[in-house]
Amino acid sequence: MPLNIDHEACVLCMRCVNDCPFGALSMADERIAVSDACTLCGACVQVCPVDALSIEVEAARERGAEDEWRGVWVYGEHHQGELHHVVHELVGRGSELAGVRGCTVSVAVLGHDLPEVADQLAGLPVDTLYVAEHPSLADCLDEPHARVLAHLIAQHRPEIVLAGATAQGRSLMPRVATLCRTGLTADCTGLEIDAETGHLLQTRPAFGGNVMATIVTRRHRPQMATVRPKVMAPPERRGHGTPAVIRCTPSEDLLGSAVQSVSKRIRAGESVNIVDADVLVAGGRGLGGPEGFELLREVADLLGGEVAASRAAVDAGWAPYERQVGQTGKTVQPKLYVAVGISGAVQHRAGMQAAETIVAVNLDPDAPIFEVADYGIVGDYRRVLPALTEKLRPLNPTERTQT
Amino acid sequence: MRIVACIKQVPDTTDVRIDPERGTLIREGVESILNPLDAHAVEAAVTVAAALNAEAVALCMGPPQAEAVLREALAGGCASAVLLSDRAFAGADTWSTSYTLACAVKAMGDVRLVACGKQAIDGDTAQVGPGMATHLGWPQVTYVRRICEVSEEWAIVERLTDWGDDTLRVRLPAVLTVLKDLNVPRLPSLVGQMRARRSDVRKWGAGDVDGDPTEFGLDGSPTRVVRVFTPPPRGRCVVWDGAPEESAGRLVEALREKRLI
Repeated sequence: MPLNIDHEACVLCMRCVNDCPFGALSMADERIAVSDACTLCGACVQVCPVDALSIEVEAARERGAEDEWRGVWVYGEHHQGELHHVVHELVGRGSELAGVRGCTVSVAVLGHDLPEVADQLAGLPVDTLYVAEHPSLADCLDEPHARVLAHLIAQHRPEIVLAGATAQGRSLMPRVATLCRTGLTADCTGLEIDAETGHLLQTRPAFGGNVMATIVTRRHRPQMATVRPKVMAPPERRGHGTPAVIRCTPSEDLLGSAVQSVSKRIRAGESVNIVDADVLVAGGRGLGGPEGFELLREVADLLGGEVAASRAAVDAGWAPYERQVGQTGKTVQPKLYVAVGISGAVQHRAGMQAAETIVAVNLDPDAPIFEVADYGIVGDYRRVLPALTEKLRPLNPTERTQT
Repeated sequence: MRIVACIKQVPDTTDVRIDPERGTLIREGVESILNPLDAHAVEAAVTVAAALNAEAVALCMGPPQAEAVLREALAGGCASAVLLSDRAFAGADTWSTSYTLACAVKAMGDVRLVACGKQAIDGDTAQVGPGMATHLGWPQVTYVRRICEVSEEWAIVERLTDWGDDTLRVRLPAVLTVLKDLNVPRLPSLVGQMRARRSDVRKWGAGDVDGDPTEFGLDGSPTRVVRVFTPPPRGRCVVWDGAPEESAGRLVEALREKRLI
C-alpha cells in the first residue's frame, strides 16, 4: 500500500478522515484505515499535524537535463488571425514567470494566410514569435496542430508552455502534452515559481471550485498549463518593441488529419460566448417561463453584459444550451454575476462561484445561492428587475465607463 | 466490432456541504455516482453500436466499488463491461490514466469508436479523452453535440466551439467527447436492469492490459499534487428584503462603489 500510516505517531485527530476527498480513510479499532478508494491525492498527508502519513513514491526515474529547457511559451490562439485576449493575459503572467526564471517569453502561432500577428504583440514583453503556416493548418484541427506544436516544443525546448483554457486550448493541449510525454494542468487560476525548486506551481480548482489544488510537473518538461480567460491581467503595452519573427515550415508528415471540416456556423454576435463576458445576468427555474429572460436581457444590456441560464432553465427550453452555466454547462468567471431565480444548487455554483462579485435575486430568503452571493435581494424578480432597470437607465454608457 | 463508452465514478457533489465553522468540505456520507456527462457517452455508444450492429462496451478505471457505475451502464444498454482496477493504477494523473485506458482499448481489440463525457465533475480537466486518442494514435472530436451520420469507416459530427458550431467528418476509429446536449440517456429498461444484475463485469488488472508498467499509476504520472486547500470563504452576503425600489437602489449604490457599473 503506497499510503503509509505510522500508527505510533498518529494521534487520532481525525483530520485526515475528515479531509479525504474520496472518503477513503476511516477509523477502525482505534486506528486509521485506508480503503481502495484512495487515489493517493495526498490531501491527508498535508493535513496530518504529526507527519504520520506519507506516500511512497518510487524514486523518480531520471529524466535529467531539465536545465536544458529554457523560456516561457504562450500558445497564440487566434480567430481568423486575430489573437484571443487570453494570449495577452498569458504573456503578462508569462513575462513575470520568465522574470523570476531569468528567461524570455515567446508566442507560437499556427495557421494559414495569417495577417501580421507580430503587430498585435507590439509593446508587449514578447521576445520571439514563432509562426508556422501551411494550408493544412487553416482549420484548427487538433491532430496537425498538436503535431506541429509538439514538434516546435521538442525543437526549441521551452521550460513552460501556457495556453488559454478555451474550447480550443482544452481540446488541443492534452494532445500536445501527451505527444511531449509531459504533464498538463487544466484551468489554472494561479501560476507561481517555487522559490526553492524553480518549479512552476500550478493552482487550480477541483470539485467544482470547492477545493483548490496546487500541482507541479517535477521532472518532465515542458511544464504545461491552461489558464482560464480573464483570470490573469493583460500587461501594459509599453517599453517593448515588436517581437522577432521566426517562420517555420512544418514538414508534410506532421500535417495529416483524419478529421475534415465539412462546414462551420459562426453564431451571430460573438458576445454570445458567455465565458468571455465581463457581466452575466443568469436566470433559473424561479423565472417561471421564457418571458422572464426578456427582463434579464434588459438588465444585461444596461450592464454591458450577456444573458446566461441555469440547467433548469435550459432543460425547460427557456434558453439555449450554449448559455448554460454549471457542472454540465460552462464554467464562467465574470466580474459580475447576477443570479435571478436560481436557487444555487451545488451543480450551478460549480460553474460560477469564482465570479468576482455575485448578486442574487430570489423570492426564497433561504435559497443556497445567498451563501455564495455578495449582495442579495429577497423579492419577486418581476418587481425587482424593472426597479433595477429604472435605476440603471440614467447611468448612460459614457458615464458608466468613467465611474 | 466494439463501441466503447468510457466512464468514471465520481463523488456526488450535490451531497457536499461546507462546514460553516471551519470552512472545509463535509464529505461524510458523500455517495459515489456515475459522472453525469458520462451517461450521455453511454447513450451515444449504445445508439451507435445499435446502428452498426456492434457491441457496446462500458469501460471504467477505478477502485473495485466503481463496478456500480458499470452496472448502471449495463442497465443503460451496454452489452458488456470492463473494470480496470489495480493498486498499480492508483494515483494516476490524466497522462497515466489516458495511457492505461488506451492500453485497455487496444487489449479489447476491434474498437471503432470511444465515447467519453466532456469532463468529470470532480477533476474538471477534460484531458483524458484527448489523451486517450493521442495514445491510441486516433483522431478526436471534442464537445460533440450531434452525431449526424455514422458508418463503420467514418462519422459526421457537430461540435460546439467558442464561436459557433463546426461540422466535421472524422475517420474511424476515433475518440469523441460529448456534451449533455447530444442526447437524452434512456431510462433503464426491465431487460437492461436484469442484464445489469446478471452480467459479469470483467475485471482487468495491470497484467491484463499490454502496457509499460512504469507508466501506470502515481509512478507513471508526470504531475504531482503538492497542496490541497479550501479556497478562502466569501464574506457574508449583504441582503436587502425591503421594497423592490429600495433594494434595487441599494444594489446600484453598492455596485457603483465597487466600480462595477
